[in-house]
Amino acid sequence: MKRAPTHSYPGLNLGRRHASADKASEVVTFGFWVFLMSDLVYFGLMFAIYITMIDAQAGGPGPHELFDLKSIFAQTLILLTSSLTVGLAMLALKYNLPRWRIVFWFFVTLVLGLSFLVLEIRDFMAMADKGGVPQRSGFLSAFYGLVPLHGLHVTAGCIWLIVLGIQLRIFGLTDLLMSRVVRLALFWHFLDLIWIGIITIVYFGGLTYG
Amino acid sequence: MTTNGSGFFGRLNWDAFPITGLIQNPNTNEIVANTAAAIVIVGVIVVVGSLTWFRLWGPLWRDWLTSADHKKIGIMYIVFAIVMLARGVLEGVVMRAQQAAGPGDGFLEAEHFAELFSTHGTIMIFFVAVPFVFGLANFLIPLMIGARDVAFPVMNQISLGLTVSAGMMLMVSLVVGEFSTGGWTAYPPYTGAAFNPGVGPDYWIWAIVVSGVGTTLTGINFAVTIYKLRAPGMKFMRLPMYCWTIICSSILIVFAMPPLGVAALMLAADRYLDFHFFTNDLGGNMMNYANMFWLFGHPEVYLLVLPAYGIYSEVFATFSAKRLYGYNSLVIATMSIAVLSFTVWLHHFFTMGQSALINAVFGIATMLIAIPTGVKVYDWMATLFRGRIRFSVPMLYGLSFLMLFVIGGLSGVILANPTVDYQVHNTLFLVAHFHNVLLPGVLFGLLAGYNYWFPKAFGFRLNEFWGRVSVALWTVGFMLTFLPLYFVGLMGMPRRSFSWEDPSFHPYMIVAVVGALIILAALLSVIVQLWVSIRDREKARVPVGDPWDAHTLEWSIPAPPPSYNFAIIPHVTDRDDFAAAKERGNAYPSPDAYEDISVPLNTGIGFSLCVLSGVWMFALVWLIWWLAALVTIFMLATFIAWTFKAETERVIPAEEVRKQHEAWLDLVHNSTPVDRDHETAPENRGLARPDLEAVT
Repeated sequence: MKRAPTHSYPGLNLGRRHASADKASEVVTFGFWVFLMSDLVYFGLMFAIYITMIDAQAGGPGPHELFDLKSIFAQTLILLTSSLTVGLAMLALKYNLPRWRIVFWFFVTLVLGLSFLVLEIRDFMAMADKGGVPQRSGFLSAFYGLVPLHGLHVTAGCIWLIVLGIQLRIFGLTDLLMSRVVRLALFWHFLDLIWIGIITIVYFGGLTYG
Repeated sequence: MTTNGSGFFGRLNWDAFPITGLIQNPNTNEIVANTAAAIVIVGVIVVVGSLTWFRLWGPLWRDWLTSADHKKIGIMYIVFAIVMLARGVLEGVVMRAQQAAGPGDGFLEAEHFAELFSTHGTIMIFFVAVPFVFGLANFLIPLMIGARDVAFPVMNQISLGLTVSAGMMLMVSLVVGEFSTGGWTAYPPYTGAAFNPGVGPDYWIWAIVVSGVGTTLTGINFAVTIYKLRAPGMKFMRLPMYCWTIICSSILIVFAMPPLGVAALMLAADRYLDFHFFTNDLGGNMMNYANMFWLFGHPEVYLLVLPAYGIYSEVFATFSAKRLYGYNSLVIATMSIAVLSFTVWLHHFFTMGQSALINAVFGIATMLIAIPTGVKVYDWMATLFRGRIRFSVPMLYGLSFLMLFVIGGLSGVILANPTVDYQVHNTLFLVAHFHNVLLPGVLFGLLAGYNYWFPKAFGFRLNEFWGRVSVALWTVGFMLTFLPLYFVGLMGMPRRSFSWEDPSFHPYMIVAVVGALIILAALLSVIVQLWVSIRDREKARVPVGDPWDAHTLEWSIPAPPPSYNFAIIPHVTDRDDFAAAKERGNAYPSPDAYEDISVPLNTGIGFSLCVLSGVWMFALVWLIWWLAALVTIFMLATFIAWTFKAETERVIPAEEVRKQHEAWLDLVHNSTPVDRDHETAPENRGLARPDLEAVT
């Protein structure tokens, strides 16, 4: 049976009699949006620094020598797919599917996130082999200030997936955990958004103007 | 990489302790440094000793350190701010004394003087003004909007923990090693590894990063609290003016703290990992630092001064017994200032090589801020006009502010002109200007708020006589210390100079040091006032909770408020809802029914993270890598373990709420209302008889 759309966050299924739980989840989710805004400023500044330092190569290797677009393409596919799988976890929550479905999609997302990180670290190692280390130039400092910062966020997201998966196993679908699933999904989509910025500005922009 | 640390304790060794310097080379400079270190150590011993002697560890832990009650967190913030204020003022006095010591080198070494102005600035901005502002906000915001707590009580506790541990790093730097000599702005490349390989800039970086995280979390918390937790009927245009200023401050924090974090972390990457963001070689560009620092730094001054404007708005309205004049225009002015504050950062470095056109654009944007600020000043004056004015302590601070702040604001407009700025930048004129806005603007506002809301927090009024002494000393002390600096600044005396030669500066320097001593006396008078007030508290009790015949919701509940704030969540129908209710004669209604109330449970996570982040910063400063790694894992584990906690709230049964509330209502009905002529008399028990012209 379909539930009446009385919730602020319909994906949560907190139930019609849970007005206070509904309000609590609205407060927390809004707070998380505000946090993401603040985090976005961090990335915005790192993008700005990268753009101003794109020419500060100081005779060191530049984008053309260092960037491997095939690997970037693979990473993009993996990350976008992980956004889909985290969305499927949300749908499982919304349609009251069994709890293991949510945990399963979390697991798939985790595998994709980790594969992304492996490819990214391989890229960094390949760059280092060609002399592309952050100590070499301002341009490379800006690159290593921005792209690994995104990687660090993906790592944090992976830890979150593991912890929340365990908590779902232990406590079941409590109000609090359902709202955490929503926030984790928001965070994961945010990582995707930043990655789109990175391929556009860091990689394509770097290859065009660097 | 900075100086290499390979041993078990990184680069920490006996040379890091100032006593070593004193033994090797006894002179005035070393004596001053050792005295400062000794004050810190003696202070810690006295605090620990008296807590043990009076057996207060248990109550301190149960009632304060683990409490997630916004009111207690607010009070702890303010205690911390006042301790740090004492250090900041003492440093100011030592600096004034050094410059007053006459033409020549004074009694301090250049390095030591540079440490003093760096810590003075860092402390006063990050560890006095910010915690004081948000301490008051913590205490007040839920009470003013009719809520039972902030949106994220535990995160609030963590913010406090991080702010305090970062402040403690500045205390530690007095005893172990030295602080940065790069000013509170810490411009590279001077603070980079090439010119400054020591621990000083590292202390600055980590204190800034950690307190910055704490402040960002606070900003998020208060933005969400005001957006989402207002009582029913409390529409935006019914919010007290103070809440508006805190929304604006919170928005400024959310957007302006990240640039500071980014700048400091990039400086850390340069220093620790040999990156080239701001170095002189290999493509580094220090202008990126200057831009990011001030992209934070300018909104920062408004996030401090706007809440002070909010406090003055409440104070002027209450002590004039009038509705705040021009509420709508004040809201618009506050928002305009918040937005404009992001458009002017470049005026902090007009002389650093932009084109004349860019300087002109930023100069004009800067001057525009004078318009909304002017609107505010006129609104406040119009609030006073034909009011039933009482010259209470907060009001006196407010009047002192009105006159002095206009001078500070006007000198700001002068500096906003790039051509003038070229002449006076980096002189004491600038120092005079920003002290002229920060003391009368921020500090007087905070002290006014402290005097105004103290009875709400503790249930008794502060001593009026010592309050007045304090206002007089702060005002005179401020004028003698800083107004002469305008003149020496125009005469060309550079800021931050430990030594000078031109004898014509001397008289001004003497006046300034006398002023600094008066400011020291002002600080002491604040402490005396507190001591006298606690001694005589029985004569100043205001249990009913409304000693000033005020307008806003926080005065409609007992003083001190119960842990759940409101027994019954109020339904707001008016802007000055409590004043309107008093006028209608139903300010203290008896509710028909009571409900169970959930309040946050005590938790030790804020305190744990405070200690852990302190160790973490210390390990990073001294390059003790194993410890830094260990503590990082500990912090993550603590946080993750906390997320497994299912119970975060405890319930206060309706019956208990009813008992407490009815006892208080009995007290209200049995108290004699006092009029405004007896506001400061012992018979003022906190029940007001509204008199003279109605507020609405």
